[in-house]
Amino acid sequence: MAKGDPGVTARGKRAPSRSKRPAAGQPSSEPVQLLTPEGDRVDSVVGQDGVEYRVDFTDAEYRSLYRDLVLVRKLDAEATALQRQGELGLWASLLGQEAAQVGSGRALRSQDMAFPTYREHGVLYCRGIDPIMPLGLFRGVDQGGWDPNEFKFNMYTIVIGAQTLHATGYAMGVTMDGKTGSEDGEAVIAYFGDGATSQGDVNEAFVWAGVFNAPLVFFCQNNQYAISEPLERQTRIPLYQRAAGFGFPGVRVDGNDVLASYAVTRHALDNARLGQGPALIEAYTYRMGAHTTSDDPTRYRIASEVEAWQAKDPIARMRAFLTRQQLADDAFFAEVDEQARREAVHLRERVLEMPNPEPVSMFDHVYPHGSAELDTQREGLSRYLESFEGSVH
Amino acid sequence: MATETLTVGKALNTGLRRALESDPKVVIMGEDVGKLGGVFRITDGLQKDFGDQRVIDTPLAESGIIGTAVGLAIRGYRPVCEIQFDGFVYPAYDQIVSQVAKLHYRSQGKVRIPMVIRIPYGGGIGAVEHHSESPEAYFAHTAGLKVVTCANPQDAYSMIQQAVASDDPIVFLEPKRRYWEKGPVDLDAPLSGAYPLHAARVVRPGTDATVLAYGPMVRVALDAATAAAEDGRELEVVDLRTLSPLDLGAVYESVRRTGRCVVVHEAPGNLGLGSEIAARITEECFYSLEAPVLRVTGYDTPYPASRVEEEYLPDLDRVLDAVDRTFGW
Ligand SMILES: Cc1ncc(C[n+]2csc(CCOP(=O)(O)OP(=O)(O)O)c2C)c(N)n1
Repeated sequence: MAKGDPGVTARGKRAPSRSKRPAAGQPSSEPVQLLTPEGDRVDSVVGQDGVEYRVDFTDAEYRSLYRDLVLVRKLDAEATALQRQGELGLWASLLGQEAAQVGSGRALRSQDMAFPTYREHGVLYCRGIDPIMPLGLFRGVDQGGWDPNEFKFNMYTIVIGAQTLHATGYAMGVTMDGKTGSEDGEAVIAYFGDGATSQGDVNEAFVWAGVFNAPLVFFCQNNQYAISEPLERQTRIPLYQRAAGFGFPGVRVDGNDVLASYAVTRHALDNARLGQGPALIEAYTYRMGAHTTSDDPTRYRIASEVEAWQAKDPIARMRAFLTRQQLADDAFFAEVDEQARREAVHLRERVLEMPNPEPVSMFDHVYPHGSAELDTQREGLSRYLESFEGSVH
Repeated sequence: MATETLTVGKALNTGLRRALESDPKVVIMGEDVGKLGGVFRITDGLQKDFGDQRVIDTPLAESGIIGTAVGLAIRGYRPVCEIQFDGFVYPAYDQIVSQVAKLHYRSQGKVRIPMVIRIPYGGGIGAVEHHSESPEAYFAHTAGLKVVTCANPQDAYSMIQQAVASDDPIVFLEPKRRYWEKGPVDLDAPLSGAYPLHAARVVRPGTDATVLAYGPMVRVALDAATAAAEDGRELEVVDLRTLSPLDLGAVYESVRRTGRCVVVHEAPGNLGLGSEIAARITEECFYSLEAPVLRVTGYDTPYPASRVEEEYLPDLDRVLDAVDRTFGW
């Protein structure tokens, strides 16, 4: 399984995400798409930013992207089931958004830094983080257990939009450190939703990233709803067009197409690492499930809409493509399903074993060097809890 | 008299409905308040009946919600803003403390901001981070704002209407873990005749010690009083109801009678409301006190992961423990 960067293949060949100005013709107003819902490959396409996008993956890479999509969907489904069984307090499902996350996640190089929301389990997976990690947060045993520096993947951010400014500042730091301007430069990616584009923080991030030419890719997963509110409640124009007002390119990509998501993200990241500044990608997709497990989507959207998007499923089209091109056979698909099943079972077993934290652990890490007052409070709680030992409480 | 049994949530919903009916200038605005009826369904059905001009789904932008409500208020409307969760009020914090709180003062009384900012607050529902905070002290510290909180269905019903009718900007804190608690509500009680918005209330009379609580902790204080009664101790429980300005007259009166006082809140103890209350009681009731005023509060940590929130939140045992200590002095 290629958990690494599909840009660097087993054969040592780098899959190109070529970018050149189209010789003629108008940029399409359609999202960039390289794999149709029917599973047909599109050779190359010009995005709204005028860039011609194409990808050239090896057979093994195509298969590994498919594997990623199936795995993250399965793990996500398992987490949803765990919530239903009372093992998680809440879960924010990525169902339907696998291609946007795997495509962009696989486009990242190891040196690139990602700033997620609370739904980027697929990107987290691509960064090589144990998929159990976000479950601690949603189970309520911790607040996110991975090391952001080690994995180059930040803490989940629940306050909408806040991370876009963090990403901007981090990206400014990359420039200040002289880490842009070459092929092996660093780039930064910030994830957020369509609703987030209304936040002041996100608009301030656009301003800052623009004027400081930060090596930053804004990756908006437009899944059509902010909880119950449809896109029209956040904007009058297509979101990718906002970028123009802030002075950087914007492009809309078919977020259910893993190849196109990869291509546009790779291109924008490469531009950023070369010192050409920020870009906004609007991954046009759909949240197939509820906003979170405590949401009731039947109150605000209709079944036919969900069905229409079902026909654009990111996994089905990749499977159709692999089958048609004879890049994979039934044995392969069965093996992938079996691996996904095993990983899901493994995840479940470990979640059930996740212990509750010790109550006094709430005093850990409030300050790097502790505080005398908190030590006193910690001792007080310990003594208090001990006072119940052996009592009928 | 139409008395019905309602949950706190339904009482708020009914109160908001009454407010919309009685004044065409009242508008409700916030994230998901329309079709969804808010994530806690407090505005359930209101958009359907009053239309999307009066129950407005806003863009996902808290500073925008409060800032535009300021403009609407200047224009003569009475906006009732919903902030989805306590931890999401901070993007709007600048608008609230710098603008909402000060415009009346700065305009020498010429501009009024009759706005209500509703915030579901506090913990105890097993939520993820930013969904369990108690931000009352930030707002209570800001002159020009009023801060109130309800603890039972009747108050929820009456106080929300009183708040909407008030010309003051009011931060209305709703104890989210109590949304599902039921109690009787007199739906016809005239608002002016109802208990005043800015008055503390003795919710259980007692003689031996005073327990002060508000919002989600009133239930805890009442349960503690019930338990103490079994041991022969009569606790007086006072529901503060209004956190800024504090109705300290009622508090002093109680403490002078009982001689002992415990203040309970979920927010961290450091510079919390309990500190202010203890200081004021000490100044005013020094000679009546048999023991120092004690506080039972959340710890001085960020709100912890939900699997340890039971230990973070003041509970009946911690309240009784503090009461015991006031007797040990
Ligand atoms: C500042 C802030 N306000 C409100 C919320 C509550 N909330 C959580 S998710 C959400 C909708 C987010 O929509 P969008 O940005 O489109 O992202 P999606 O969840 O659809 O991926 C809201 C309103 C929040 N987390 N933070």
